Formats: sequence, C-alpha cells, structure tokens
Amino acid sequence: MGIDVPPFLIFYLAALLVTVVHGRVRSLVLLGTPIVSALLMLSWSMGERMTLDMMGLGLSPVRIDALSRLFGILFHLAAFIGIVFALHVRDTVQHAASLVYAGSAIGAVFAGDLLTLFLFWEMLAVSSVFLIWARRTPRALASGLRYLIIQVVSGLLLLAGVLIGVSDGRGLEFDHIGLDGMASWLIFIAFGIKAGFPLLHNWLTDAYPEATPTGTVFLSAFTTKVAIYALARGFPGTELLVYIGAVMTCFPIFYAVIENDLRRVLTYSMINQLGFMVCGIGLGTALAINGAVAHAFNDVLFKGLLMMSMGAVLYRTGRINGSELGGLYKSMPKTAALCAVGAASISAFPLFSGFVSKSMVMTATLDEGHQWVWLMLLFASAGVFHHAGIKIPFFAFFSHDSGMRTEEAPRHMLIAMSLGAALCVGIGSYPWPLYALLPNAVDYSPFDATHVIAQLQLLFFSALAFAWLKLSGIYPPELPSVNIDSEWVYRRLAPRLVHAAVSATRRLDHVLRDALTEVAGRGAGLFGHSHGATGTMAQTWPIGPMLLLVVALLGLALLYGYV
Amino acid sequence: MKRRDETDHLFDRPENTKRLLTVFYAVCAGLLALDLVYHRHVTHSWESLWGFYAVYGFVACVLLVLIAKQMRKWLMRAEDYYDGD
Repeated sequence: MGIDVPPFLIFYLAALLVTVVHGRVRSLVLLGTPIVSALLMLSWSMGERMTLDMMGLGLSPVRIDALSRLFGILFHLAAFIGIVFALHVRDTVQHAASLVYAGSAIGAVFAGDLLTLFLFWEMLAVSSVFLIWARRTPRALASGLRYLIIQVVSGLLLLAGVLIGVSDGRGLEFDHIGLDGMASWLIFIAFGIKAGFPLLHNWLTDAYPEATPTGTVFLSAFTTKVAIYALARGFPGTELLVYIGAVMTCFPIFYAVIENDLRRVLTYSMINQLGFMVCGIGLGTALAINGAVAHAFNDVLFKGLLMMSMGAVLYRTGRINGSELGGLYKSMPKTAALCAVGAASISAFPLFSGFVSKSMVMTATLDEGHQWVWLMLLFASAGVFHHAGIKIPFFAFFSHDSGMRTEEAPRHMLIAMSLGAALCVGIGSYPWPLYALLPNAVDYSPFDATHVIAQLQLLFFSALAFAWLKLSGIYPPELPSVNIDSEWVYRRLAPRLVHAAVSATRRLDHVLRDALTEVAGRGAGLFGHSHGATGTMAQTWPIGPMLLLVVALLGLALLYGYV
Repeated sequence: MKRRDETDHLFDRPENTKRLLTVFYAVCAGLLALDLVYHRHVTHSWESLWGFYAVYGFVACVLLVLIAKQMRKWLMRAEDYYDGD
C-alpha cells in the first residue's frame, strides 16, 4: 500500500475541523484523530516513502524506517494520552494548537529530507507557543514570546545550515550528517537548542512551567524528543555528544533540588533525562542508540505522567509551588499513587520503565571505556531519584500538611494518568515489545541479578540520604524564590547592557548638545557685540576717521592691482 | 491542620511514619548485606568494591543537596526578580 495521506495532514485537518464543531463532536474529533492516524501509519511497511517533486527539488515528506516509526508510534500515544487528559478544556485555541503541534512532531520524524524537517521544525514552534499563551497571564505571554524567539532562531539556524549544505553539494536527504564543516555545525546547534544543550536549555525551564496545566503535558512530549530523534538520525557516534550529555545529566539536578515550582523541577529533570539520551547517541554503538531512543520513548510516558499529576494538582488547587503544597494524599489519593508510579519509572526502579532503557545507556558507557562519564551518569541517576522520584511526590502529596483540602482529579485525568502508568509498568515489566521496535537488534537482558541489585542499592541509599537530610533538618526548605540560570544573560545582562548603552548615548548626546549650545551662544554673544543694536558696527562714526578708512582701503586695492 | 470532621489519615499518626522508616532502614541494611553473599558480575573494577553502589548513592545525594544548598547563596533571588521585564 502506497503512502497517499501523510499522517500530519490528518492532524492538521482535524485542527481545522475542531474550530467549527463543538461539544461532544469536538471531543470525538480530538480523540479520533490520533487513532485514525495511528491505524494509517501502522498500515505502511518499512522502507516506504512518499516523494514529491517541487520546483526541481526532490522532497520526501514521508519516510518509514525503524527509527521514524518508533517515534511515530510514541507521538501518537502521547497525543492520545494528552488529549484524554485535556478533555475538560473548553478552549478552541488549545485544541487546535495541540493537534497542529502533535501533527508537526509526527511530520518532523517522518521527514525524509531536510527542507521538510525545517518546515515542521518551525511549525512545532509556532503551534506550541499557543499552549503557553493560552494561560493568558502576563508572565505566560512574556515567557511564550521568549520561547518563540528562541525556537524560531533554532529553525533559522537549521535553514541556514541546510542551504549552505546544499550549496556545498550535500543534498537535501536527511541522513547521517556528522560534525564536518560550517553547515553541519549550524544544524548541530539548531538541534542542540531544541534538545536543551547546556546554556541553550533555559527556554525549557522558562516556558514549560508557564503553560496551561494541560499544555505542559503536550509540550513535555514533543519538541525535545523531535530533537533527540534528529540527533539520533544526524549525529550518532559524535563523541562531543557524550560529554554534552554527561553535563546535561548532572547540572540540572542541582537546580531541581532548590527549585520551588514543581513543574519547573520536572523540566529540569527532563533536561537530566535528555542528557542520558544525548550521551547514548554520542556513544553511537548499537546498544547505546537503542538505549537512547528507548529512553526517549519511556521518558515521554513517565514525564508525561508526572506532568499530568502536577497538572491535576495545579488544576485542583491553583498552586504548584512546593512551599504551598503538602498533604494532598488525603484529598487526591489516586493522583498521588499514579504520581508515585511515574516517580518510580523516572527513577528507574526495576520493573518500571526507566530501568529497562537507562541501564542500556549506562552499560554502553562502561563498555566504551568512558568510566568518568559513567560515574557522572551514576551520580545523575542517584540525583534524579532524589529530586524527581522523592521530591515531587513528597512535597506535593506528603510533607507537612498544607491544610488544603480539594477533590480528587476529574475522571478523564485519572484515565489519562492510568493509561500512562499502565504503559510505564507494562514496559518496565515486559520490555520486549518495545525492544522489538528499536532500530538495532537487541541482545540485552535488563533483569539479571547484578543490574537489579546494583540499581536497588543505589536507589535505596539515595532515599536513605534524603531521609537523613530531611530528619536532621539539613535539607533545604522549599522557598518561594527564583534561581538564576543562563536566561539571566538575556533577561538581565543583555537588557542592562542595552540600557547602559542607551543611557551612555543619551549622556554623550547631552554633553555634545550642551557644548554646542554654549559655543553657539558665545558666538552669538560675540556677533551681538560687534553687530548688535549697541554693537561696534551699529555705532555712528564721525566722517573724518571713516574717510581715512575708505582711503586706506582704496590704497590697499590699488596696491593689490599693481603688484 | 486537621478539620474536625476528618478521619485520621495514614501519616497523621507519628507511629505510622516510624513504622515506615523502620521497614525502610531494614530494607537498606538487607540490600547492603546482599553484597556480602552475592558477587555481582562486574565490568569495571570500581563496581566490585564492597557496597560500591550503596555508598556512591548515599554520598552522591548528600553532596548534591549540600552543594545545591550553597548554590542558593549565589543564585537565589526574590520571586518577582524578573517581573517588570
């Protein structure tokens, strides 16, 4: 069966449709879209592609192989769960934006050429920003604008890289790129911005926590994972990525420990998880690539689950700061339990999903002789349990009782979270169907005693550290605060520099104006002195001296004429 | 802060918290003891050190928290720090 209808088109058409239908019909359209699109996608066989000749450019808007199909399946799952979670929303903007956004992510991973990739890369940016703006607070508006600028810059870098690449004779096909020359570096940085490379990461932690309770669930699924897909396709085995990934696993966890906004904690923790994937892609071995993309798959599910549980808390209580929450297990016990499943999965507890994928990256790191990087990843593994596994459920649902009493999350939210939790536990206990989808053949068994015992020791003693620090009062309290991160450069330093430059220019302008005014004033004074009403020239002169002057002048002229 | 019409919840009683912690400590001790009897199939010499993962996990988290706590001195600002941008 040939490819007639690319899957993103179904999402785009559905987005148009939801703007004209309402109520139950709209809910049906929303829920049906990922199902119809997934059925269509699964009917294609490997290696098929859709080609298009446009103005002499050979484009392939759809290409099916193991890597693109894995991400395609993942994004359909994520879109469906997100839509179920957001069923209560009565906001056409959010409905249309989330469909276009999910469709663009699917379009991007099936893109067989770089120009198609660029188009969806930008569509991701302009559709997702509405999920942030839909919060309709001044803070969300400003944050969304910063997000949009950074995303569009990433797209422009990608376009520049592609165009330079074409003029260098690289062609448009999206395959292995590798770091070689200006064009590839531009594309690498474009991917890096969306993947949350260190120092380029701050748009994530700035914008995601400002989105609507349901918007963040969509946001956390797509953009960064498209970037991971693109890196896995274009830059596998690029050694630089091993170190970038290692840094990404470590630095965000420090921020996560002291961050108060629990959705921002989860966003920092997302960068940490992306680090494991980036590291695996950098290693480039069959096991490492498998681990990286399997971890991307699992991360979408467990991060989505955690974001949903925090979204439910925000939806019910209107609060998300650790300093204001606590004791919610009393009124939201089901949400608390589902959150705990997500926490166990992200912490990579055996039988939960994180374990079966992260351990592949860890094993590959040691196999390749990167022992120091391995120690960093191990540190980050302990740390992720600490801040995402314990801190999130603890401060939201347990800790000191905030006195807040609310209702359990609405039923459709519980269903969406249960779907995510079932997948986390299902993949964690029986990973072979996921392994069968991976791009490389899998010869790996996660459940040998060595792996399991080592991981349990690591996790339980991390928890012991938390218990000890908490009981002894050393653990830093949750404080209402903002922590400075790399965004400070463009939110504080750059405005300050611009401000300083403007005021310096203004001062210079003042000084020059004053000086000129004074010079002009003095000139006018002098002129007035000679030519003014009482000036020398305005005086009445006696005839005698005047005649003398005239004669002298004539004499001079005469002299001049003869000499 | 309990409302009068509310029943007691699991962790409203301190003895329940205590019980949970006791079980937890016992599991920790048991896991560490496993290292005495079970020899893990290691790929790196560090891993074969006794209690490597347990000690590393504990030390890593304590360091993480202590360093993060120090970072607050440099990085923490008032909640409205960026407001008015």
